Amino acid sequence: MNNEMKMEFDAISANESFARVAVAAFVSELDPTLEEISDIKTAVSEAVTNAIIHGYDGIENGKVKLYCGLDKDVIHIRISDEGRGIEDVEKAMEPLFTTKPELNRSGMGFPFMEAFMDDLEVISGPGEGTTVLMKKKIGCIPWIEDEE
Amino acid sequence: MEEDFKVIDNYLMVKMPEEIDHHKSSYISENADRFIVRENVSNVVFDFEDTRFMDSSGIGIIMGRYKKISCFGGKVFAINADHRIRRLLMISGLHKIVEIMD
Repeated sequence: MNNEMKMEFDAISANESFARVAVAAFVSELDPTLEEISDIKTAVSEAVTNAIIHGYDGIENGKVKLYCGLDKDVIHIRISDEGRGIEDVEKAMEPLFTTKPELNRSGMGFPFMEAFMDDLEVISGPGEGTTVLMKKKIGCIPWIEDEE
Repeated sequence: MEEDFKVIDNYLMVKMPEEIDHHKSSYISENADRFIVRENVSNVVFDFEDTRFMDSSGIGIIMGRYKKISCFGGKVFAINADHRIRRLLMISGLHKIVEIMD
Protein backbone atom coordinates (compact mmCIF):
# COMPACT_ATOMS: atom_id res chain seq x y z
CA MET A 1 0.00 0.00 0.00
CA ASN A 2 1.23 3.50 -0.84
CA ASN A 3 -0.95 5.25 1.69
CA GLU A 4 -3.25 4.05 4.45
CA MET A 5 -5.85 5.51 6.77
CA LYS A 6 -7.78 4.07 9.69
CA MET A 7 -10.53 5.44 11.86
CA GLU A 8 -13.18 4.37 14.31
CA PHE A 9 -16.40 6.19 15.09
CA ASP A 10 -19.67 5.76 16.99
CA ALA A 11 -22.39 3.85 15.17
CA ILE A 12 -24.79 6.79 14.92
CA SER A 13 -26.47 8.04 11.76
CA ALA A 14 -24.89 11.51 11.99
CA ASN A 15 -21.54 9.85 11.20
CA GLU A 16 -22.71 8.46 7.84
CA SER A 17 -21.91 11.67 5.99
CA PHE A 18 -18.65 12.11 7.94
CA ALA A 19 -17.45 8.64 6.86
CA ARG A 20 -18.17 9.08 3.15
CA VAL A 21 -16.67 12.58 3.03
CA ALA A 22 -13.52 11.33 4.81
CA VAL A 23 -13.05 8.55 2.23
CA ALA A 24 -13.70 10.97 -0.64
CA ALA A 25 -11.04 13.34 0.74
CA PHE A 26 -8.56 10.48 1.21
CA VAL A 27 -8.92 9.18 -2.36
CA SER A 28 -8.51 12.66 -3.85
CA GLU A 29 -4.74 12.18 -4.24
CA LEU A 30 -5.53 9.68 -7.04
CA ASP A 31 -7.32 12.50 -8.85
CA PRO A 32 -10.67 10.70 -9.31
CA THR A 33 -13.46 12.05 -11.51
CA LEU A 34 -16.61 13.46 -9.90
CA GLU A 35 -18.35 10.30 -11.06
CA GLU A 36 -15.84 8.06 -9.26
CA ILE A 37 -16.07 10.14 -6.07
CA SER A 38 -19.84 9.89 -6.19
CA ASP A 39 -19.67 6.08 -6.66
CA ILE A 40 -17.31 5.67 -3.71
CA LYS A 41 -19.38 7.94 -1.46
CA THR A 42 -22.54 5.98 -2.20
CA ALA A 43 -20.84 2.62 -1.56
CA VAL A 44 -19.32 3.83 1.75
CA SER A 45 -22.64 5.30 2.82
CA GLU A 46 -24.38 1.96 2.19
CA ALA A 47 -21.85 -0.09 4.16
CA VAL A 48 -21.76 2.32 7.12
CA THR A 49 -25.56 2.58 7.19
CA ASN A 50 -25.80 -1.24 7.24
CA ALA A 51 -23.42 -1.41 10.20
CA ILE A 52 -25.48 1.17 12.11
CA ILE A 53 -29.02 -0.03 11.45
CA HIS A 54 -28.50 -3.76 11.01
CA GLY A 55 -25.18 -4.62 12.69
CA TYR A 56 -25.88 -2.65 15.86
CA ASP A 57 -29.67 -2.99 15.82
CA GLY A 58 -30.64 -2.77 19.50
CA ILE A 59 -27.00 -2.70 20.63
CA GLU A 60 -25.74 0.48 22.31
CA ASN A 61 -22.29 2.07 22.05
CA GLY A 62 -21.31 0.24 18.88
CA LYS A 63 -18.26 1.34 16.93
CA VAL A 64 -17.69 1.24 13.19
CA LYS A 65 -14.16 0.73 11.90
CA LEU A 66 -13.08 2.15 8.58
CA TYR A 67 -9.84 1.39 6.78
CA CYS A 68 -8.71 2.77 3.41
CA GLY A 69 -5.58 1.90 1.50
CA LEU A 70 -4.25 3.18 -1.80
CA ASP A 71 -2.38 0.61 -3.85
CA LYS A 72 -1.16 2.44 -6.95
CA ASP A 73 -4.43 3.42 -8.66
CA VAL A 74 -6.70 1.13 -6.64
CA ILE A 75 -8.53 2.14 -3.47
CA HIS A 76 -9.21 -0.61 -0.94
CA ILE A 77 -11.93 0.11 1.60
CA ARG A 78 -12.76 -2.02 4.62
CA ILE A 79 -15.76 -1.23 6.81
CA SER A 80 -16.39 -3.45 9.80
CA ASP A 81 -18.60 -3.70 12.85
CA GLU A 82 -18.75 -6.06 15.81
CA GLY A 83 -22.52 -6.33 15.74
CA ARG A 84 -25.07 -9.05 15.10
CA GLY A 85 -23.69 -10.30 11.81
CA ILE A 86 -25.62 -11.69 8.87
CA GLU A 87 -27.11 -15.17 8.90
CA ASP A 88 -27.39 -15.63 5.14
CA VAL A 89 -25.00 -13.32 3.28
CA GLU A 90 -26.12 -14.50 -0.14
CA LYS A 91 -29.75 -13.70 0.62
CA ALA A 92 -28.83 -10.32 2.15
CA MET A 93 -27.10 -9.37 -1.08
CA GLU A 94 -30.15 -10.04 -3.28
CA PRO A 95 -31.65 -6.87 -4.76
CA LEU A 96 -34.73 -5.62 -2.88
CA PHE A 97 -34.20 -8.03 0.03
CA THR A 98 -34.54 -6.18 3.32
CA THR A 99 -35.26 -7.15 6.91
CA LYS A 100 -36.45 -3.63 7.65
CA PRO A 101 -39.23 -2.61 5.21
CA GLU A 102 -40.91 -0.70 8.06
CA LEU A 103 -37.93 1.68 8.13
CA ASN A 104 -38.35 2.36 4.40
CA ARG A 105 -35.23 0.45 3.54
CA SER A 106 -35.07 -0.37 -0.15
CA GLY A 107 -32.95 -3.53 -0.11
CA MET A 108 -30.56 -1.85 -2.54
CA GLY A 109 -27.56 -1.36 -0.22
CA PHE A 110 -25.43 -4.32 -1.36
CA PRO A 111 -26.55 -4.05 -5.01
CA PHE A 112 -25.38 -0.40 -5.05
CA MET A 113 -22.02 -1.37 -3.51
CA GLU A 114 -21.69 -4.04 -6.19
CA ALA A 115 -22.69 -1.67 -8.99
CA PHE A 116 -20.41 1.20 -8.00
CA MET A 117 -17.27 -0.64 -6.93
CA ASP A 118 -15.14 -3.10 -8.93
CA ASP A 119 -14.99 -5.73 -6.24
CA LEU A 120 -17.11 -6.51 -3.17
CA GLU A 121 -16.62 -9.13 -0.50
CA VAL A 122 -18.75 -9.58 2.61
CA ILE A 123 -17.51 -11.61 5.56
CA SER A 124 -20.09 -12.23 8.26
CA GLY A 125 -21.81 -14.74 10.49
CA PRO A 126 -24.38 -14.60 13.31
CA GLY A 127 -22.84 -12.90 16.34
CA GLU A 128 -19.55 -12.37 14.53
CA GLY A 129 -20.02 -8.86 13.18
CA THR A 130 -19.68 -7.93 9.53
CA THR A 131 -16.73 -6.87 7.40
CA VAL A 132 -17.25 -5.37 3.96
CA LEU A 133 -14.24 -5.22 1.62
CA MET A 134 -14.45 -3.11 -1.50
CA LYS A 135 -12.02 -2.19 -4.24
CA LYS A 136 -12.15 0.33 -7.04
CA LYS A 137 -9.64 1.22 -9.72
CA ILE A 138 -9.41 4.96 -10.25
CA GLY A 139 -8.76 6.51 -13.63
CA CYS A 140 -10.32 3.83 -15.82
CA ILE A 141 -11.51 5.38 -19.01
CA PRO A 142 -15.06 4.12 -19.42
CA TRP A 143 -15.69 2.06 -22.56
CA ILE A 144 -19.00 3.71 -23.13
CA GLU A 145 -19.24 7.47 -22.81
CA ASP A 146 -21.92 8.79 -20.49
CA GLU A 147 -24.80 10.46 -22.26
CA GLU A 148 -24.04 13.75 -20.56
CA MET B 1 -38.27 22.89 7.03
CA GLU B 2 -42.05 22.79 6.48
CA GLU B 3 -41.50 24.86 3.34
CA ASP B 4 -39.91 21.79 1.73
CA PHE B 5 -43.40 20.30 1.49
CA LYS B 6 -46.03 22.04 -0.61
CA VAL B 7 -49.43 20.95 -1.84
CA ILE B 8 -50.48 22.14 -5.29
CA ASP B 9 -53.88 20.81 -6.39
CA ASN B 10 -53.66 17.06 -6.06
CA TYR B 11 -49.85 16.95 -5.89
CA LEU B 12 -47.50 16.94 -2.94
CA MET B 13 -44.25 18.64 -3.94
CA VAL B 14 -41.25 17.47 -1.89
CA LYS B 15 -38.07 19.52 -2.16
CA MET B 16 -35.34 16.94 -1.53
CA PRO B 17 -32.31 18.05 0.57
CA GLU B 18 -28.71 18.40 -0.61
CA GLU B 19 -27.78 15.04 0.86
CA ILE B 20 -30.22 12.13 1.07
CA ASP B 21 -29.05 9.34 3.36
CA HIS B 22 -30.43 7.23 6.20
CA HIS B 23 -29.81 10.09 8.65
CA LYS B 24 -32.21 12.36 6.74
CA SER B 25 -34.63 9.79 5.35
CA SER B 26 -37.08 9.31 8.22
CA TYR B 27 -37.69 13.06 8.42
CA ILE B 28 -38.62 13.16 4.73
CA SER B 29 -40.76 9.99 4.82
CA GLU B 30 -42.66 10.97 7.96
CA ASN B 31 -43.43 14.49 6.77
CA ALA B 32 -44.46 13.34 3.30
CA ASP B 33 -46.83 10.77 4.83
CA ARG B 34 -48.30 13.38 7.15
CA PHE B 35 -49.06 15.68 4.21
CA ILE B 36 -50.45 12.82 2.08
CA VAL B 37 -52.95 11.94 4.80
CA ARG B 38 -53.75 15.45 6.02
CA GLU B 39 -54.22 17.05 2.60
CA ASN B 40 -55.54 13.87 0.99
CA VAL B 41 -53.30 14.17 -2.10
CA SER B 42 -52.93 11.32 -4.57
CA ASN B 43 -49.65 12.19 -6.32
CA VAL B 44 -46.14 12.96 -5.08
CA VAL B 45 -43.45 14.93 -6.91
CA PHE B 46 -39.86 14.64 -5.68
CA ASP B 47 -37.73 17.62 -6.68
CA PHE B 48 -33.99 16.82 -6.79
CA GLU B 49 -32.81 20.28 -7.83
CA ASP B 50 -30.65 20.78 -4.71
CA THR B 51 -29.56 17.16 -4.33
CA ARG B 52 -25.85 16.43 -4.69
CA PHE B 53 -25.72 13.08 -2.92
CA MET B 54 -28.11 10.16 -2.58
CA ASP B 55 -27.77 6.54 -1.50
CA SER B 56 -30.30 3.69 -1.32
CA SER B 57 -32.15 5.52 1.47
CA GLY B 58 -33.54 7.82 -1.22
CA ILE B 59 -34.77 4.78 -3.14
CA GLY B 60 -36.48 3.59 0.06
CA ILE B 61 -38.24 6.95 0.49
CA ILE B 62 -39.64 6.83 -3.06
CA MET B 63 -40.63 3.14 -2.85
CA GLY B 64 -42.41 3.65 0.46
CA ARG B 65 -44.46 6.63 -0.81
CA TYR B 66 -45.27 4.79 -4.03
CA LYS B 67 -46.67 1.87 -2.03
CA LYS B 68 -48.86 4.28 -0.03
CA ILE B 69 -50.42 6.15 -2.93
CA SER B 70 -50.39 3.70 -5.84
CA CYS B 71 -53.26 1.58 -4.51
CA PHE B 72 -55.47 4.70 -4.78
CA GLY B 73 -54.31 5.38 -8.33
CA GLY B 74 -51.67 7.94 -7.36
CA LYS B 75 -48.42 8.50 -9.23
CA VAL B 76 -44.86 9.37 -8.26
CA PHE B 77 -42.76 11.83 -10.27
CA ALA B 78 -39.09 12.83 -10.13
CA ILE B 79 -38.05 16.26 -11.42
CA ASN B 80 -34.66 17.95 -11.81
CA ALA B 81 -32.81 14.66 -11.32
CA ASP B 82 -29.21 14.83 -12.55
CA HIS B 83 -27.63 11.87 -14.32
CA ARG B 84 -26.30 10.39 -11.08
CA ILE B 85 -29.75 10.28 -9.51
CA ARG B 86 -31.21 8.92 -12.76
CA ARG B 87 -28.60 6.17 -12.66
CA LEU B 88 -29.65 5.19 -9.11
CA LEU B 89 -33.30 5.11 -10.22
CA MET B 90 -32.38 2.92 -13.21
CA ILE B 91 -30.22 0.43 -11.28
CA SER B 92 -32.92 -0.02 -8.66
CA GLY B 93 -35.63 -0.43 -11.32
CA LEU B 94 -37.57 2.54 -9.96
CA HIS B 95 -37.75 4.16 -13.40
CA LYS B 96 -40.50 1.64 -14.11
CA ILE B 97 -42.80 3.11 -11.45
CA VAL B 98 -41.54 6.68 -11.23
CA GLU B 99 -42.09 9.14 -14.01
CA ILE B 100 -38.80 10.98 -14.54
CA MET B 101 -39.40 14.42 -16.02
CA ASP B 102 -37.07 17.14 -17.24
